[in-house]
Amino acid sequence: MEPIISINALFKSYKNGFMALSDVSLNINKGEIFALLGPNGAGKTTLISIITGISIPTSGEVKVKDFDVTKHPIKTKSIIGLVPQEVSIEPFETVMSSISFSRGLFGKPQNLEYLKSILKQLSLWDKRNTKIIELSGGMKRRVLIAKALSHEPDILFLDEPTAGVDVELRKDMWKIIKSLKKNGVTIILTTHYIDEAEYLADRVAFINEGKILIVEDKQILINKMGKKTLSIKVDKKIINIPEKLHKYKLEISDNGHTLTYNYNINNKTEITNLLNDLSNENIRLKDIYTDQSSLEDIFVKMVN
Amino acid sequence: MNFYAIKSIYKYEMSRTYRTISQSLLAPIISTILYFVVFGSAIGSKIENIEGIEYGVFIVPGLVMLSVLMQSVTNAAFAIYFPKFIGTINELLSAPLSTLDIIIGYIGAATTKSFCIGIIILLTAHMIVPINIIHPIYMILFLFLTCFSFSSFGFIIGLWAKNFEQLNLVPMLIITPLVFLGGSFYSISMLPIFWQKISMINPVVYLISGFKWTFFNFSDFSFIISLSAIISFALLCNFIIFLMFKTGYKIRT
Repeated sequence: MEPIISINALFKSYKNGFMALSDVSLNINKGEIFALLGPNGAGKTTLISIITGISIPTSGEVKVKDFDVTKHPIKTKSIIGLVPQEVSIEPFETVMSSISFSRGLFGKPQNLEYLKSILKQLSLWDKRNTKIIELSGGMKRRVLIAKALSHEPDILFLDEPTAGVDVELRKDMWKIIKSLKKNGVTIILTTHYIDEAEYLADRVAFINEGKILIVEDKQILINKMGKKTLSIKVDKKIINIPEKLHKYKLEISDNGHTLTYNYNINNKTEITNLLNDLSNENIRLKDIYTDQSSLEDIFVKMVN
Repeated sequence: MNFYAIKSIYKYEMSRTYRTISQSLLAPIISTILYFVVFGSAIGSKIENIEGIEYGVFIVPGLVMLSVLMQSVTNAAFAIYFPKFIGTINELLSAPLSTLDIIIGYIGAATTKSFCIGIIILLTAHMIVPINIIHPIYMILFLFLTCFSFSSFGFIIGLWAKNFEQLNLVPMLIITPLVFLGGSFYSISMLPIFWQKISMINPVVYLISGFKWTFFNFSDFSFIISLSAIISFALLCNFIIFLMFKTGYKIRT
């Protein structure tokens, strides 16, 4: 895959000595949705701020389409759109003038048809002449997205785009993000909602205390680090696990009526063996169900 | 140069003026009329002519300067401080803009506003007292340079200020006293020798002197000195702005 952003040995420290980023290196591929996950203060926004030119790195290199962000900022900035975490928009402007302003700032001539299509996609067309101050919180978030899309960026940073928005709007935003990906836009997403990353992302990075803990394809990560739990409801109360079943390290729960088996996703043959051995021990199954680790479980495990 | 960006910033800033038209235009006009009523008519009628010029007319260049300096500084300072305050400066910082684009957009708009205010005050003054401008072209040039240089100065204050108190500190505590002591309402030659020498430290003295020359063809200092002073000040301010953006001082973390 061709990297559109490459970060190499990036450090960022502040005057008070706080190290916000420490030796961060990663590549973000063209056309992918890349999720950056981490707790508050992990360094997600600092990383985005450096790539978008808002902050200055202490050392290291960040390249966007092979251009260094500190040496060729105008070239790199012209292809990046940013939806910031904070809802910061000039409150007394109308929606339309606000997004027209953003388009102009990025050196694009006015294109009312394009702006109209964005506003319609974000259900903001009816509000085009409304002042920002009169909009709801969710609407303001949509305006932030409209502003970032107004200049047709190749790369879009979404810094917690769905924080504090209702479920319906979150789902709408997910649809928009998916459709942007279809149009070839590379999306870098930071979020606290692991399910959001799980649904949207192609690849995931975990960041904590300014360090990248892991960068991996989402599915590979779940397969590699995730575990599956098989819960088996049995027809009789089990007090002790029969000796022949010890190798499966089964756990007894539900007052002896459920056996729990933890297994690796990649090891598929063991389940058949377990079921055969249960049958051999005259243990009959009443019900059976599985549960899989989510990105959230993996994230908590890694951070802790 | 990013022409669309410059146009966007300029248009955006000018639309802010239209939104606050009463604050932007009426307030300086009303305060100038009050100065004319108090100093021009009430007190001025008791004061002798200065260099053969009626006192009410004599104070016109000083009053225009007073308003223009204040408006240039406060307009430009607020224009960049407000985005800092509400966080929209990040959009500006993440946009593909050169410092020159930002200067032309923001300082250009602030210059336009204060220049228009200067002209309107001049027209208002003309309705109250008869004004005959001897060097109109130089007057326009000098007014423009003053608006531009002090808008640049205001822009620096807006970038530097951490809070609204600091934003108002320089206009209230520095600009106003300098203008009042800069010969707006008197000629420097009317002061005792000691205070004349002290006044020469005040940079605004040279501005008001130069501006008076364009009206009356006489001044406390040579017009060339005044013109050089205002051009030097404009260059210095813009050099500082370039440095601030290059180093990110008070702008980027």
